Formats: sequence, structure tokens, C-alpha cells
Amino acid sequence: MTVLLDVEHLSKFFPVGGGPNQLARLKRRLSGGAERLPKVYAVDNVSLIIKKGETVGLVGESGCGKSTLVRALTRLIDVSGGSIKLGGRELALKPARVFARDRDRARIQMVFQDAGDSINPRFTAFDAIADPLRRLRHTRGKTLKERVEVVAGQCGLPPVLLSRFPHQLSGGQRARVGIARAIATEPDLLVLDEPTAALDVSVQAVILQLLQQLRRDLGMSYLFVSHDLSLVRLLCDHVMVMYLGKIVELGPARAVFERPWHPYTQALVAAVPRFALEPQPFGRCPIGASDCKSKAPVLRRIGSRHVACHFAEEFVVQRVGPVHAAQATRQI
Amino acid sequence: MTAPPALCVDRLSVEFRTRSGLVRALDDVTFSVRRSETIALVGESGSGKSVTAYAIMGLLDPAGRVTNGQAMFDGIDLLAASPKQLAAVRGRQISMIFQNPRTALNPIRPVGRQIADVLIRHGKVPAREAPQQAVEMLRAVGISDPGRRASAYPFEMSGGMCQRVMIAIALAAKPSLLIADEPTTGLDVTTQAVIMDLISDLATERGMATIFITHDLALASQRARRVVVMHAGHVVENAPTADLCAEPRHPYTAELIAATPDSAASLDDLAAIPGSLPDLRRTDLPPCRYSERCPRKTELCAQPLPQTAVGAEHIVACWNPLPAHVPLKLAIGAS
Repeated sequence: MTVLLDVEHLSKFFPVGGGPNQLARLKRRLSGGAERLPKVYAVDNVSLIIKKGETVGLVGESGCGKSTLVRALTRLIDVSGGSIKLGGRELALKPARVFARDRDRARIQMVFQDAGDSINPRFTAFDAIADPLRRLRHTRGKTLKERVEVVAGQCGLPPVLLSRFPHQLSGGQRARVGIARAIATEPDLLVLDEPTAALDVSVQAVILQLLQQLRRDLGMSYLFVSHDLSLVRLLCDHVMVMYLGKIVELGPARAVFERPWHPYTQALVAAVPRFALEPQPFGRCPIGASDCKSKAPVLRRIGSRHVACHFAEEFVVQRVGPVHAAQATRQI
Repeated sequence: MTAPPALCVDRLSVEFRTRSGLVRALDDVTFSVRRSETIALVGESGSGKSVTAYAIMGLLDPAGRVTNGQAMFDGIDLLAASPKQLAAVRGRQISMIFQNPRTALNPIRPVGRQIADVLIRHGKVPAREAPQQAVEMLRAVGISDPGRRASAYPFEMSGGMCQRVMIAIALAAKPSLLIADEPTTGLDVTTQAVIMDLISDLATERGMATIFITHDLALASQRARRVVVMHAGHVVENAPTADLCAEPRHPYTAELIAATPDSAASLDDLAAIPGSLPDLRRTDLPPCRYSERCPRKTELCAQPLPQTAVGAEHIVACWNPLPAHVPLKLAIGAS
């Protein structure tokens, strides 16, 4: 597969402690300008690759820099350093204001978190979907109408809904408008920022399947941002785990979730609520092997201690932490 | 597990008057929660989970009216109680964690004082000692540097911290019943786990009954001993957690489990529930409000809804429940 997006050493920092008031401004000038202010590294030296037709998941808790990374990649904000190459063309150097009218703008599109908030309430569904076509493709008249209807059809929106305003649509229909708007310009890369966070599970399933279908039909690449790890596991080929502005683990989605290596990923995976199909003796244990589900461990004596864990002997023998032992047993 | 129920909700019905007609938001909702027990109310948005909580707390919107039912708590019927009686119970014996802490907290009052207010009003704490105890409450809910945080305003805190303050307020008067309405929506999984641990620790410690409202069936199954599944204002299934997850008997519960990403092996296995909630303004609502979406509909479904006991403490409101001992996928596909 060819590389679509190649990001190298991308950084974005924000100066802090400046403040808008007079005194702060004076201090800043005396101390040598904004460069001397302390900085928050929201995105710190991130490199990643997205191949054509691939879905990459980005997970991490709020405040870890997910949104800043996404905003930098979609060039909604300027970057502080590094390069963003989309199909070989460098995007990082253009100022965000200029990029908004650039012809590469149409190649990266975004589906925002809550379609209810991200669609102009005074636009009908038709106008919302037509807006990027008008601005970026300069489509007008009959061609525009046809294109909007085709895209709406692909997203499962019947034509009768196109004249409605966002408040007249259900949550699932709004999500479809948000997706239709993003794919209208036939982008190569679609960035999805928690596209189903505002939806019920019953609707969520339909939207996810729609996204899967669109990817197969149109051959787009997805960058899927979410903090629902079970969704990322289902939808993504690769996953990146971000913590405090840095990527801490990156790899095939299934492997990462089945055998997380970074302690933060382990904590994240352990915190995901799971169905208690059987009583769960292990709760949020990082090992959580199948044995623990089938039979509850009893408190038993090992040396001078009592331990209620099937794997206790292995820690004693191997003198390693539980996590390593778990990996060792699974590899066997 | 034979403790007497702390709260017993019996045949609760609620209607809302709106410009476009009468909305029958709740219809014969029945469930109970025992002392030191945690139950979960689960359902899609619009299924009536929060309305149930608001009705119990006597906080319904003026357009809403309880048309039928009882909610017995400590010998009084909360639904028939006078405002004075209610005011004595609410906040002191029953308290609630609201869905969105940012809108539920007073934006122009430091959080420490908001906790102190509850302590003074409901906790019989002298006004002079309240601020100090408020700091202790903040410490108890795991806020670091509580002394300094007590003087912070809600906007100065993160979502997780506001949620902790909300919990501190709810628990300040040591209630015997806690209603937690989506306490972790919008929080990260790691924060969610910490907050849920906190609530369950405090519940065990104080023998508090907890009603936990959520749309996340996986989270509910992990945290509650019993799950009450709601659909369009009806309780469709009420069962111990393990039974419900292993052997859902109501078709809606089975669909809900199949639609939860955690249970699916691949995206294609993820089931979408066909149709949507019926319009509750309709006057011709069928007795079973799920019947129009249901793949297992029979002629019997036009009869008034049954309350079939299919196991110990396992009640299902369905004429044609799924058979027991059938793997989940087969059960849905075989319709």
C-alpha cells in the first residue's frame, strides 16, 4: 500500500502565562518576547504514517493532545514544527488561513464530534452538504444539486430530508449529514473526531457500518479519534495511543488491545467496562486470562503470604511484575 | 440479600403536557432497590431513565404530572408527600448526582461553600465547622490539595473534578439512597473507572442503596447487582446482572447487548436495532411499545403487557420472550 499521509516530528506548543493584560505584556517585552515564555507542548515530536485505504485509530484521555494533533493535521491551526506530507505534497508550511482556500483542503476533510453542534443551524441539510462543494470545488447549479443528492444517497439520507434544518433531524440523520458534508469533495483522508459520541448504541452501530461501507466504496483513509477503545478495536487496522502530547504506543489494533505493552495502554485497556457475562473475579486486572473467568481464584498460601490469583506462582518463580508474566503466559 | 427494600417504586406513570399533545413518558414502572444494593437503570435516550429519577426526587418539570403509582421510601410515599416532607428527605436521605456537573453546580459560588451549604442545611453541622468539613469531603472524593480547591469555582476545575465535587455534595449528608444519573458520561475511561470505584466504595462503606442510571450496558453490568432495562417508558426486563447478560429474555435486551461494541467480534457482527422509539404522543400506542420494532411479535402482543417471572428475581415484560439457554446470536437470528 502506498503512503498517503506522512507526518514527521510534528510539534505544536502554546505559550502560557502571557495573559492579555498590560502588565503581562510589559513583562513579556522585557523578558524578550513570546519565545521566552514557558510553553505547553500539546503535540510533542509526533511522527506517523497513514497508508492509502487504511483506518488508523487515535486514542487517549482528554487533554492528551488528540484534538490538537487532529487540528494540526487537518490544518485548522498552524504547526510549531515538523512536516505533514499528503501524497508527497508538504502541507505544514502553508498558514492555516491560506490553506482554508487551498486546493489540498478538499483532500483532507473532517467529521466533527457532535453533528448537532457542528452544522450551521441556519443551513438546511442540502446547504450543509453543498457548502464545501461551493467553496472548494466551485460547483454550481444543476451539477451541485446532483452531486449533493448522490452523496446524500451514499450516506443513506433520503432526498426529502435535504430541505430540513438540523433541529428537524434525528441524531442519526444529523450524523449522516456530517459525514455526507465531509465526503462531498471526495477527500483522500477523512478525520473522524468521535463521530458517534453523541449517539445511542443502537444508532451507533448503523453509523459505524455506514463508515465501513463508505471506506470500501470510496477507498478513503480514516483517522478515527475516540476514547471508546472497543470501537477502535472493531473499526481500525492500526492504533496510536497518545499520552501527554506524545505517541506512547503504535501498532496493529488487535495486537495492541490484546497485549498492550506500554503501561499507560495497559491502564487504558483495563479501564474499559466489559460485559460481566460471568462473575468477574479479576475485575480490572491487567492479566485477566481466560482461566480467571472460568474459575474464581481462591486465597491460598504461597510461602509466607496468601494470594488469590491463578498466576501467583509465576510471579514468585519469575520475579517479574504481573504484566510481564501475563505476556509470557500468553505467548506460550 | 433479604434486606428490606430501601426504595420501592410501584406502577409509576408520568405524563407531560406539551403543545403537540400528551407525552406518556412513563407507564407502570416498577422496581425496587435494597439497602447497600446497587441497581442500574439502562436504556436508550428517551427511554425514561432520567424522568424516573426526577419523579422520585419530586423534581419533575411543571409540565410533568405523576398520574399513577407509589414510591415508598422509609415509610412515606415520595410521590404523595407534601413539599415540606419532601424537603426533609431530599438531600438528607436521598440525594442525586446530576448528569452534567458543569450545569448542575452553581457557577458563581466556590465549590467548598456549595458543599458547606448542604452540610449546614441537611447535615446538622454548625455553620462555623462546615467549611472545614467541606474540605474533608473534598479529600474523601479524592481531590488533591482540597484546602486550596475548596475556594475554586466550577469553571476552574476539569470535568472529572466537577464530577467529584458533585459526588461530594450528593454524599455530604450521608444519604441512605443515592441516585446517580449518568455520573460518568463524557469522562475518559480511566476517570470513569476511578469515579465508579469511588461511588461503590462509599456505598459499601455506608450501606447506601444506589440507583445508577446509564446507557452503557457494559458499564452497568460491571457495576450493578441488578439491571432494570427500560424502553419507551416501560420496564422491559428486570434481572440480576449475570442472568441478564448471559441469558437476556426480552428481545430488546438481546438487541441492546448485540449492539454494544464490546460484545462484537467484528463490525459486521454489531447489530443495529431496527426502527426507533415510538412517538409517545400517539394515542394508539400498542400495549407493548417495543412490538413495532420487535422481530418476535405475535398476536398475543396486543394484550396488556405481562410481567412474567422467568427465574429467581428475573422479570420480563414480554409475551414471547427468548427461550433460556440459547446462545445470544442464535436467539436473535432465529426470529
